[in-house]
Amino acid sequence: MEKLQVKVRIISNKKLKDNYWHLEFESRLIARNAVPGQFIEVKVNHGTDPLLRRPISIHNVSKSGVRLLYEVVGRGTQILSEKRPGDLLDIIGPLGNGFEYLRKTAKPDSSQAVLVAGGMGVAPLVFLTEKIKFISPLVLVGARKKEQVLCLREFKALGCKLIIATDDGSLGFKGKVTDLLKEILLKKSPADRPINIYACGPQPMLKAVAQLSCENNIASQLSLERHMACGFGACLGCVVPTRAGYKRVCKDGPVFLGKELIW
Amino acid sequence: MVKNIKPDISVNIGNLDLKNPVMVASGTFGYAEEFKGLIDLKKLGAIVTKTITVKPRIGNLPPRTCETPSGMLNSIGLENPGIDVFIEEKLPFLKKLGIPVIVSIAAEDSPEEFSVLVSKLDKMDAVSAIELNISCPNLQKDRLISQDAQATFELVSLVRKLTSKILITKLSPNVTCISDIAMAAEGAGSDALALINTLSGMSIDVHKRIPMLGAWEGGLSGPAIRPIAVKMVWEVYNKIKIPIIGMGGIMDTESALEFIIAGATAVSVGTANFINPKASLEIISGLRQYMADNGILSLSNITGRLKACKD
Repeated sequence: MEKLQVKVRIISNKKLKDNYWHLEFESRLIARNAVPGQFIEVKVNHGTDPLLRRPISIHNVSKSGVRLLYEVVGRGTQILSEKRPGDLLDIIGPLGNGFEYLRKTAKPDSSQAVLVAGGMGVAPLVFLTEKIKFISPLVLVGARKKEQVLCLREFKALGCKLIIATDDGSLGFKGKVTDLLKEILLKKSPADRPINIYACGPQPMLKAVAQLSCENNIASQLSLERHMACGFGACLGCVVPTRAGYKRVCKDGPVFLGKELIW
Repeated sequence: MVKNIKPDISVNIGNLDLKNPVMVASGTFGYAEEFKGLIDLKKLGAIVTKTITVKPRIGNLPPRTCETPSGMLNSIGLENPGIDVFIEEKLPFLKKLGIPVIVSIAAEDSPEEFSVLVSKLDKMDAVSAIELNISCPNLQKDRLISQDAQATFELVSLVRKLTSKILITKLSPNVTCISDIAMAAEGAGSDALALINTLSGMSIDVHKRIPMLGAWEGGLSGPAIRPIAVKMVWEVYNKIKIPIIGMGGIMDTESALEFIIAGATAVSVGTANFINPKASLEIISGLRQYMADNGILSLSNITGRLKACKD
């Protein structure tokens, strides 16, 4: 759908744990038309400091609501966490190109979807899982420690196979989520179904996923995060190097193919 | 107070008629396509394009933007597809809007590039005016043309001979005396002046001890620079006769009015486009409202009419 600048009503804004928050706002139009991987630009205040909007990816949708998962990391997100149900939020969205995936109406998919999430990278992947749950995706969730593993309940409720990795081993596999991915790819035999990787997380994780997918000749889609001034392609601020030159994360992405990015 | 007046907000920049004085500033509006759907583009007074160079430019190393207190730094580095691709792929969309299109141009190395650009644009009916960007701080130059009155005079004189289209010279605030540069541009035949471009600035990540921008330095814009811009418009207004297009942190009607009262014939909305794409249209209706409320029939009645002291 064409992007909109609208004021939406906040339905809820709750702390999940630590610095992680869930915010849900009302927008039937965005809920119905948004694609996993797309994001919203949020104006958190009325004044000029902080000046810019904050890009936050769509975490999930209900029939008439859009849910964001965000971490309070600075002044902008701090102000956002102080919003109350009923408050109006000035947003622009949905923005960017989301993940490409097979719609349910299409012919049965014979490939295996592997979702790789690092830290806050779970945010758009929950929405994606919702859309592709009928092909039973395998979800790999990584974090530094147990306390930072997010959305386990959501992924379980969606019926997907879930494997957890923590750097300190406090939950699940001890190590990086990309080590886990490497093992899975090693065990794969040519007779197995082809794999499609969908990933979102910190830059080093995405780089490792891109490398693994290129080495193993597997298709991968990576959702990138960058500071943005506008969020809709006008300022040319959030570019990343690709094989076809600089591309805008906000407008040409945020989802890119692993093979097109240069690290 | 005059009731039910219909204020006239049309203005002239040389022989270019604008139905309202609100434009969008170069580099903050792309080539207008990205704003399709967000605002009714046909309502704008004019559109100033992202700066075009002779050859395509890939732009500077990212990160290219960084938020600062009530402002932002950018070092995009004039990323653009080059004049030929601009004319072929970007200009047709702008032409269809039916509003004045002002094409911003810059040279990478030699002033002769301005001649090439102006000669090409001079043939284009869709182009209403040309803005000479001699003040971009992101080209890693020791000295900008607009930091030297003589160089400004020579450059404007050079391109003046090549076109009868409206020429707007965009000035840098990074100078000792901006009116010297303004007078040089006026003397060389510039039809109008645009001021100000961004202020040179820098921001540092103290945890990593690295610059926030890939190019280290950038141009500061947004409300943080507004008082500097307003002062420079006022200063230049008192020294020259040609119209001024004022800009620098305009966010709303009130900030636009500051520039007009300081002497700007028209205003450009820049950084605000990133945050509130509707800002320019809100300012257009806000200006009408302000004039109706205050019984002002024509915008020219308040342009530069700064009163000496508070009542």
